[in-house]
Amino acid sequence: MIFHPANLALVAASILTATVIVAAAIFALRLVRHWDLASGAERQIRLERVTYLVSTAVAFVLVVEAVTLVLFAFTADRMAALFVGAMCAVGTLNASVYGFPTLWAKIAVFFAASVWLVIDHVDNRGRDYPLIRVKYLGILLLAPLILAEAGLQLAYFLDLKADTITSCCGRLFGETSTGAGGEMASMDPTHALVLLFGGLAAIGLVGVAALRFRVARMLHGPASLAMFLAALAAIVSVIAPYVYEQPHHHCPFCILKPEYHHFGFALYLPLFLGTGAGLAAGVLALLPQRASLATAKPAIERRLVHTSLLGFALFGAIAAWAIATSGLTLFS
Amino acid sequence: MRAAFERRRHLLDFAVASLLRRPAKNVGLIVVYALVVFLLASVMLFGTAVRREAAAVLDAAPEIAAQAMTMGRHDMSTAADVAALKGLRGVRRVEPRLWGYLWDSAGAANYTLKVPTAAEAGLTVGKGESIVGEGVARARKVSPGKMLFLVSPAGKFLRTKVKAVLPSTTALVSTDLVLVEEGDFRAFFELPPDVWTDVALTVTNPREVTTIAEKASVKLPGHRFVTRADMIRTTEALFSWREGLALALLGGALVAFAILAFDKASGLSAEERREIGILKAIGWETSDVILMKLWEGLLISLAAFLLGFAAAYAHVFLWSASLFEPVLKGWSTLYPRFPLTPEIDALELATLAVLTVVPYVAAIQVPIWRTATADPDVVMR
Repeated sequence: MIFHPANLALVAASILTATVIVAAAIFALRLVRHWDLASGAERQIRLERVTYLVSTAVAFVLVVEAVTLVLFAFTADRMAALFVGAMCAVGTLNASVYGFPTLWAKIAVFFAASVWLVIDHVDNRGRDYPLIRVKYLGILLLAPLILAEAGLQLAYFLDLKADTITSCCGRLFGETSTGAGGEMASMDPTHALVLLFGGLAAIGLVGVAALRFRVARMLHGPASLAMFLAALAAIVSVIAPYVYEQPHHHCPFCILKPEYHHFGFALYLPLFLGTGAGLAAGVLALLPQRASLATAKPAIERRLVHTSLLGFALFGAIAAWAIATSGLTLFS
Repeated sequence: MRAAFERRRHLLDFAVASLLRRPAKNVGLIVVYALVVFLLASVMLFGTAVRREAAAVLDAAPEIAAQAMTMGRHDMSTAADVAALKGLRGVRRVEPRLWGYLWDSAGAANYTLKVPTAAEAGLTVGKGESIVGEGVARARKVSPGKMLFLVSPAGKFLRTKVKAVLPSTTALVSTDLVLVEEGDFRAFFELPPDVWTDVALTVTNPREVTTIAEKASVKLPGHRFVTRADMIRTTEALFSWREGLALALLGGALVAFAILAFDKASGLSAEERREIGILKAIGWETSDVILMKLWEGLLISLAAFLLGFAAAYAHVFLWSASLFEPVLKGWSTLYPRFPLTPEIDALELATLAVLTVVPYVAAIQVPIWRTATADPDVVMR
């Protein structure tokens, strides 16, 4: 089903990003081997010059990746009309074995990309290219991820056949179904709420400490990732049913639909922002301290922690608001 | 934070001023860019509008249509078949339908002759009367009150008085329709009294449609059961595919455009080179120049995108997409004329932006970088 307009756009964009990242990775190999700031040789000057192009191109690729993540989720939702049994994005993603892996790969690329963009930004603040090797090693890590994502996406669109019978979100995120979706859906609402608000309180504490101590900032990265997973579980287990005002509808995709006023956006945007910024702060804190970044790096780390806390706080407030204003009563 | 914002604002200001200093060079690019957006946007807007039209039409279709099959070909349903279907639980209404095709040599077109069912209360026709679709009225130049003559393949003659012309809102399926009374229909096609073309089933609970279709196929194994969901899926897939195919063909234009953008961005005038040299000499950094040039590219994209999209909107919804109509709709003598309902879809806009702006911005990066990294003394000399 590659001849669907949005699929064509997604495939075209992924071919472009894959090409750029491969070229950037080849350059990264050269740079990691030959970079020597003290040298005045022509090769070093050329390397320095090309870094500007690579920075711009990779930043562009990462923006495109972020846009296509949203486009992918929406296209999957729209294509549900084409499959027997599908009612939202879940059915479309489930129509091929490559569907959900593609989505996970896209989310992974999104977070990896935001971390890389932050490192790039910090590196540009120092006069002596302080983080250049880390940055280009980062491209070498990013490249296989983006290639895998492009490959998975292509395989997914080629594998989609109109006569596939798939299952709707009620099957995948049902209380009786097996697998991760069913586990999350059948989680006790009390546990899920404790996990969510307890997790938010914990990350708040880590975040406040992170504003002062570098060790806490290092911890903030993995803590953000854990919070992200806990938040997803809470969305499936309790928040989504509150939004739908239906105790047995757990789908984390239907909340993006116009029927529910695109409420999912209000939930996912701050969550992704909080997680991305938190991860970036954690990775940045792990990187060695350089003289030329003595003030800039900790300042940026603190700002990232602020952003991350703001994102999580916003997510918590919106979730609480959804629960408070819902007509559904899960606890009496 | 504020300083960073101010810096970007000033760069944007500078980019606008720089674009306005060289209007002739940029207008050409914007026109070509807008043309590319126009082509792609026309295909997409039209494709979506036709899909929506088809879905609206199918909303009125029965949940299940049952057709008798003999040796893999469509055959007539009998009174016994209708009685068998009537016994099914969950089926609210069973309506045998009479319809058929007629090749009309006078109009050089195929008509669909149909007997209105009991549910179509507004469309009752008496003996010797007919209601015709908008395309039939156009081809045979008839209007309410005039006479319509039809000749069957066997040479039978049918003379009806046109009672009404169907509105063009449902033209996609009703354009070639001629509604006649049951007796007239059977006499015209020489049909026995207890056979029907197919049977429409109305189901009370939409969730039971699949189960009922399964049960019905056990009861009448010689029949084929087509559900409305199947039909919606088929039209959706068909029109999406056509739209995608048209877009893929336009991919060539997109590549050509990217090459043009690359070329335009590479070919800097001596004056522009000097300008960038001076900027760098007075302290601009390479990244500032790149950012400023990217702003220029984004402004050009925005202008071209808005222009191209507005033109496509007018083309599709005011002039019925006259350029692409035959490709996407298919072609026939009696093809319906219907006004498309204007609607802009956010997903469509995003797809269009990814298809046009992304290749453009990708194509201008290398030339921009080349200009921005040039040494000031080299370019000013």
